[in-house]
Amino acid sequence: MHGRIDWRQVWVICAKEFRDRIRNRWVLAVALIFALFALAIAYFGAAQQGEVGFRSIDVTIASLVSLVIYLVPLIALILGYDAIVGERERGSLELMLSMPITRFEILLGKYLGLAGALASSTVIGFGAGLLPLARELTLNDGFHYTGFVASAILMGLAFLSMSMLVSVLALDRVRASGVAIALWFFFVLIFDLLLMGALVLSGGKLGSGLFAALLMLNPADVFRLMNIFGSEQVRTMYGLATVMPERLTDPLVLFAIMLGWIVLPFCLANWRFTCKRD
Amino acid sequence: MTNVSIKLTGVSKSFGQVEALRDVNLSIAQGEMFGLIGHNGAGKSTLFKLMLGLMTPSAGTLRIGGVDSASAQFRQVRRRIGYLPESFVSYDNLTGLEILNLFADLKKVPRTACHVALERVGLKEAGARRLHTYSKGMRQRLGFAQVLLGDPALIFLDEPTNGLDPEGIADFYVILREAQARGATIVITSHILAEIQDRVDRLVILHAGKVAALGSLAALRARHVLPSLIEAQLRPGQGERVAAVLAHLPGLVVTVREDRASISCQAALKAPVLAALGSAMLDVTIREPSLEDLFLGYGGMHARAN
Repeated sequence: MHGRIDWRQVWVICAKEFRDRIRNRWVLAVALIFALFALAIAYFGAAQQGEVGFRSIDVTIASLVSLVIYLVPLIALILGYDAIVGERERGSLELMLSMPITRFEILLGKYLGLAGALASSTVIGFGAGLLPLARELTLNDGFHYTGFVASAILMGLAFLSMSMLVSVLALDRVRASGVAIALWFFFVLIFDLLLMGALVLSGGKLGSGLFAALLMLNPADVFRLMNIFGSEQVRTMYGLATVMPERLTDPLVLFAIMLGWIVLPFCLANWRFTCKRD
Repeated sequence: MTNVSIKLTGVSKSFGQVEALRDVNLSIAQGEMFGLIGHNGAGKSTLFKLMLGLMTPSAGTLRIGGVDSASAQFRQVRRRIGYLPESFVSYDNLTGLEILNLFADLKKVPRTACHVALERVGLKEAGARRLHTYSKGMRQRLGFAQVLLGDPALIFLDEPTNGLDPEGIADFYVILREAQARGATIVITSHILAEIQDRVDRLVILHAGKVAALGSLAALRARHVLPSLIEAQLRPGQGERVAAVLAHLPGLVVTVREDRASISCQAALKAPVLAALGSAMLDVTIREPSLEDLFLGYGGMHARAN
């Protein structure tokens, strides 16, 4: 990166990316999916216990957390894997780079534009999904639900950051999409299995401190913890409260770790993208 | 040369073990239309990317408008650059006007310039349509409109007439001449050598990453002695007599078929050949060596030298 950041250039790229996602109805489609799931889970989340209908916001959040952990990372990875490698493969990146804009500004503009699209669809989707139940919610419920949506956005931003790194590193779009899907499999499906396997293999000797620290290596788990420790009812439901050291359940610490998951892959992507100049 | 716009001094570029460019020295004056030609893999694209500041040289210096292409100040120079890649690829979801607005914003040029540029390339009506509805020629015109935004002082064109019809090509060069008249420096590559041979002021022929030849077409013709071709329509029954007369002149390659004679000769022999044809000829055309002949000649010469 040379010199100061020209925020106007960042905004131009950001606005273009966001407009593109609005224009191709991406934001609308994802918002619709989120809204339908939010509504369905709010009504039918407790069906296994023989009840139908809205019970409490904590139970709804607990059910939504399980769903969002699968859905949001996948959507974020799909959204971002094409950002740089796609432009390079189509040939439009070269023209963009010939403009008075730095590689960092392009990367940041694209990230912010895509992040805006992801955040908008998450807010609209989960907001609209719970709108029919608005009269049944208290102010405290609203606060909890807002926290859940915000944490979902943060997790999305972390996976979006990873997908930008993939997009910078990949040689072509096909490989980038393959790596993006592999990341999803690893963080969403395999990581926790490996962790449980390690716990079993160690005969329970894997200390709770180490176990908790290892959970921080996965933004999906950080998101889960953010929501579990935000509500007493959910905490009890998951039964993790006894395992986690207190300092790692502090929302601020979890927020800082999630922020690290957003910033670090992006910085790596920027470093690699800037190096590729030669 | 006054007002040097682009200056390369000992520029080399390597990719691992592969040397794409070797010790290139080149100066292009302000307001010059400069051709860049070479075989595939000769180093044209690498040289283009270096001049656009998309890559940094492995050795040597490259100054555009007096600014080192590897320096932070080069960002300001980019505002004065117009670049058209070989295929103008952009965003299919956006309209022509929206795409131009995007590039105008990036170049910090008022958006009003976009309407003028669209009209100039004949896309005024199509500006409201999305890019995916454009033909290849229309896309190329839109790409050219993008180049014209902000009246750039430096214009880089990579195979710019790809996909354009003959009328489009003629229009394109008219606009380019106008830009040149305003003082713009233009660097152009093309595989259609016949198209650029009469349009560029000077050119460089690259071969295997090195400068094989540099100068105006006339200077290159003078330096690299290539034969002229005289084609004569003869009076009926004069073929044998003409062949016999020309046999006395040295260094000619003569082909006589029925009433047509084709004579390849050095420039100095043109007058004696015409005198020898004398009253036997009804019509005559003289073809000087083309850029393509020169290109093939220099390429062959360098291949032998290497």
